Amino acid sequence: MADKVLMKGNEAIAEAAIIAGCRHYFGYPITPQTEVAAYMAKKMPKIGGVFLQAESEIAAINMVYGVSSTGKRVMTSSSSPGISLKGEGLSYLAGSDLPALVVNVQRGGPGLGGIQPSQSDYFQSTRGGGHGDYRMIVLAPASVQEMAELTVKGFELADKYRMTAMVLADGTMGQMMEPVSLDIEVAPQPEKPWATTGTKLEREHNIVNSLSLVPDELEMLNFKRYERYKVIEENETMYEEYMVDDADIVIAAFGIAARVSKNAVNEARVMGIKAGLIRPITLWPFPVAPFEKAVEHAKQFISVELSMGQMIEDVKLATKCRVPVTLCNRAGGMIPSPDQVLTAIKEAANEGGNK
Amino acid sequence: MAAREFLFSGFGGQGILFAGKFLAYKGLIDDKQVSWLPSYGPEMRGGTASCSVIVSDEPVGSPIVSNPDILVAMNLPSLDRYEKAVKKGGIIFADSTLIERKVERDDVDVYYIPATKLASDNNMATLANMIIVGKILKILDDFNEDSVRTALGKVIPAKHADMLEVNIKAMQIGADCK
Repeated sequence: MADKVLMKGNEAIAEAAIIAGCRHYFGYPITPQTEVAAYMAKKMPKIGGVFLQAESEIAAINMVYGVSSTGKRVMTSSSSPGISLKGEGLSYLAGSDLPALVVNVQRGGPGLGGIQPSQSDYFQSTRGGGHGDYRMIVLAPASVQEMAELTVKGFELADKYRMTAMVLADGTMGQMMEPVSLDIEVAPQPEKPWATTGTKLEREHNIVNSLSLVPDELEMLNFKRYERYKVIEENETMYEEYMVDDADIVIAAFGIAARVSKNAVNEARVMGIKAGLIRPITLWPFPVAPFEKAVEHAKQFISVELSMGQMIEDVKLATKCRVPVTLCNRAGGMIPSPDQVLTAIKEAANEGGNK
Repeated sequence: MAAREFLFSGFGGQGILFAGKFLAYKGLIDDKQVSWLPSYGPEMRGGTASCSVIVSDEPVGSPIVSNPDILVAMNLPSLDRYEKAVKKGGIIFADSTLIERKVERDDVDVYYIPATKLASDNNMATLANMIIVGKILKILDDFNEDSVRTALGKVIPAKHADMLEVNIKAMQIGADCK
């Protein structure tokens, strides 16, 4: 255990970004993610990197756009209302096929809302957030270790597919401390021949731009982008299955909701109820395969969320509504207790008429 | 030991988060699975502070402690708020300098420690928290000086490294108090 340190989730994200080779951070403080910026403010100047507290979230995301155009690894982080402000920039990054890592440590909304944990930006993250046809790779950590590992993975995927990867955490994951090993392998950074690094009069100009006024050309750009998204859907889904093989009742939950649910699944098993858990780690691309497999034997799915029910739509799509999918939730900064989830499991088991 | 769930609660400034962090680090050093989760809010000073700590042999599921095995109440509002939440058979450690009333439940073990008074009597006014931690480790039979020292070394910032010995002394005072 000597190699493990106790770190806050937010700090683990910042340190992992540095490990991944990120030397440019732009942000604006907001609870509950401020430790990311604070860590970067302390560390970046010591390693020749750039920490810049922008005048606003909008400025920060556009600074990300600028640095990404030059081919450097770059990130920003914020919490829900701040991510909304970055929405335009996210769309421009997508339209310009630029890689970036964006972290959202969610808090309760809508509006300014509160500062306690939430998962109610699921729609915003997995369906876009800004305007136009585009996707982001959305990674949902459920431990401080994963906060670190998925940050590195996010940079790698962003570079590989030239798009934004978002680490979608919540206030609990950001604030909690757990042992973390920072011995994380980082693949060599890929060449970026498209970057605007100066031609030295030896090549054509590279142009980074999201403006395309000729409709059939713009259509072609969208088609090509979606061909890339298809490859991602086929190759990059990540998920964890917990006691799903023989489960009658299958919980779908990510992040902190998955950890609460795991307690409930364990208690249900002790009571003789066959419960299991599918934890999507990529929210986009959504891991359809484990749901297709589980729906063959499950009698009911329960989506456990810190929202009014957002991921439940993807669970219904993945299971094609072949069995009931119900919601077990809290919202506005509240977190479901293991007891609440257990009660939902017991009700489902009774309704299924088995046990 | 399957899992031990701690809830530390008191005023901001009493070292609630520090005490929790120390126990979490000690757990890590003792090869346990641990988590530490602070309450966080808009208030900065003088408000309430609490943190959940779980020390377990198994991976930690939910890091949120709603029904602690062990409650550390360092002021009256904390005891009022969390007394009923403690698991049956659990333990409450109360700072009896600041909490005049007794615990009402009879299905939990209770230790009253005049920690704030002991701290000021011994010229270590900011260490009431660690006096209670010393008592906890004594009661749990977990006062292993090697891991205590290593854990303190991890949680005390380098610029305050000279505070290590007085922290040990505070814990010893807690461990020895009746």
